[in-house]
Amino acid sequence: MKKKMISTILALSMVTAVLTGCSGSGSGTAATTAAKADTTTAAEAATTKADSADDSGKTLTIGFSQVGAESDWRTANTESMKSTFSAENGYNLIFDDAQQKQENQITAIRNFIQQEVDYIVLAPVTETGWDTVLQEAKDAGILVIIVDRMVNVSDDSLYTAWVGSDFELEGQKAAEWLNSFATAKGIDPKSLNIVDIQGTIGASAQIGRTKGLQDAVDKYGWNLLEATTGEFTQAKGQEVMESMLKSYDNINVVYCENDNEAFGAIDALEAAGKTVGSDIANGEVMVMSFDSTKASLTDVLSKKITLNTECNPLHGPRVEDIIKALEAGQTVDKKKYVDESIFAVDDTVKSVTVDGNSYDVTVVTQDVIDQRAY
Amino acid sequence: MKQKRFSWQRLVHARLFMPLVCLAVVLLANVIRTPDFFKISLNNGVLYGYLIDIINRSSELVILAVGMTLATAASGGQDISVGAVMAVSAAICCQILSGGEVSVTSLAAPIILAALAGVVAAALCGAFNGFLVAKLHIQPMVATLILYTAGRGIAQLVTRGQITYVRVDAYKVLGGYIGNCPIPTPVFVALIVVIIMAIILKKTALGLYLESVGNNGKASRLVGLNSALICFMAYVLCSILAGIAGLVASSRIYSADANNIGLNLEMDAILAVALGGNNLGGGSFNLTGSIIGAYTIQALTTTLYAMKVSADQLPVYKAIVIVIIVMLQSPIFRSLIAGMKHKRTVTVNEK
Repeated sequence: MKKKMISTILALSMVTAVLTGCSGSGSGTAATTAAKADTTTAAEAATTKADSADDSGKTLTIGFSQVGAESDWRTANTESMKSTFSAENGYNLIFDDAQQKQENQITAIRNFIQQEVDYIVLAPVTETGWDTVLQEAKDAGILVIIVDRMVNVSDDSLYTAWVGSDFELEGQKAAEWLNSFATAKGIDPKSLNIVDIQGTIGASAQIGRTKGLQDAVDKYGWNLLEATTGEFTQAKGQEVMESMLKSYDNINVVYCENDNEAFGAIDALEAAGKTVGSDIANGEVMVMSFDSTKASLTDVLSKKITLNTECNPLHGPRVEDIIKALEAGQTVDKKKYVDESIFAVDDTVKSVTVDGNSYDVTVVTQDVIDQRAY
Repeated sequence: MKQKRFSWQRLVHARLFMPLVCLAVVLLANVIRTPDFFKISLNNGVLYGYLIDIINRSSELVILAVGMTLATAASGGQDISVGAVMAVSAAICCQILSGGEVSVTSLAAPIILAALAGVVAAALCGAFNGFLVAKLHIQPMVATLILYTAGRGIAQLVTRGQITYVRVDAYKVLGGYIGNCPIPTPVFVALIVVIIMAIILKKTALGLYLESVGNNGKASRLVGLNSALICFMAYVLCSILAGIAGLVASSRIYSADANNIGLNLEMDAILAVALGGNNLGGGSFNLTGSIIGAYTIQALTTTLYAMKVSADQLPVYKAIVIVIIVMLQSPIFRSLIAGMKHKRTVTVNEK
């Protein structure tokens, strides 16, 4: 009798459980439907917004995800964006500093999508890993413009345009200059012992500049002792240089892939009793650098850096051109390179030729530095 | 004979035995790969060589490890904000020196004043951590997580997101050389910090208090110790030391790089404490062990550089070696070794 009662209770409770379960899933479906409805409204709102954006005079909202503030170059880049997309110029710029982390940039882009910005400008920290989040932006109907470093995505339509530097060309220019310089000074190419302090591995600037050097090493028979990363920072550049000086006592060219690394390398070289300069034949160590910030050009003037290949950070106006063209309904070029100069300590080499194009070499004077905005 | 075996066993069981063995193994690995690793020469009037690099570059880590040991002993938890506190201290110091400019070639304020301000800022960070841990009894790792994430933000705010440069020779002294002294200044800074802390711990009862609070806070309070205050002090001290380390790191590059100063160094500091054979759960501690741990970590980094391992692959190799070292020091492994030895002794005796 007792047993029967227990079984009845159990059976009852099971039925109840099943029923509750059903009602649970029922409400779940309702919730999903509601969510769907929400998305539709959001999409509609986005379309309306896009329509109204066509009216001139409307404030365009731009979301800009910046890598961080790791160098003077980056700071100049940020400044260029901020001054171009200012409130006076009719823009509302949402700026996000990712502090060198891709996950921060992905979060920032998702926030931009939620805030329904008109355009997303992205300065990616590395090339890979952007497919998902850029697809989300595309699905939300927001155009993405990439600046500086490139993104490596399976579908090119995930971004509208790219503005930046031809890093491989920069590397080629620097390498061609070194070749012309060595020839002019009568230095045997085999006696050039080069170390390459690379940028953050995987960054476009690192890939391009390393390739530019590597190709020239293969072509001219230079001696590349070691290539290791200095992560684009001064502290790491210094540490890596310190270590390499102990491994090799015949280094005569240091190829730094940005200015901050060059500062660190110069400190390490001088602390080890080396003289930095262009006179390789007399035991000086030549420092080559990229970016050409004001501080580094001052070092070129004081003959510490021999060659500095510019990497133009003033992307703001070029991005604005693209956005204006898009707003006017025009098509834009997928890739837009910025013009860049070459700064040298003297006029031993007047111009370099890469792929048939000639590029003039600028000799650094106080005037050149004074005119420098960053 | 019996006497000899006895002392050998005592040596093996000494607390510093394993940390020292680990350091020795890392250093000796170089004898095979890089024969001139131990060569020290006088170059350009300063000492020059891989060993000098290790001692020089590990200075910040040694300073951090000392503070981390104290915080660990008192609270049974770690202060993971030290790297960020380094950045805060460096940012405030450089910003005062530059008078708000991005790059200066002359000082806007006396260095000693700016350095003091940096350390005071670090102490404030420590007071915040200490308050959360000692008064509110929040888990140390959670409490310090706040400054771990916010600290760099604060440093960025102070420097307005820029790298503030102080291109003045006087500011380079702390991370460089004093006049014609052949030994890098950071070595002295680390040495002074260690000596002062050793004196404080030896001459006062602070060390004992820290251990007792870490072992059992309640019991310590019952015997009349102010547990909360002692724990609070440990965190303030830890952050002050982090502040000093930040100044050294900043002086090396004569700038405040809020993003990169002390990046991931908190993990190395915790590791140094662990490598030193300290119990991360608090209580009794061994300062010397932590310092040896710190040198071991830097020795490993420099060794890998000397073996031409690219800097971006460094963490992988570091992780492998560290897993081995930590495993060697684990109680289970140690008792296994002891068991094997015991068995052998038994067999020998039976024969």
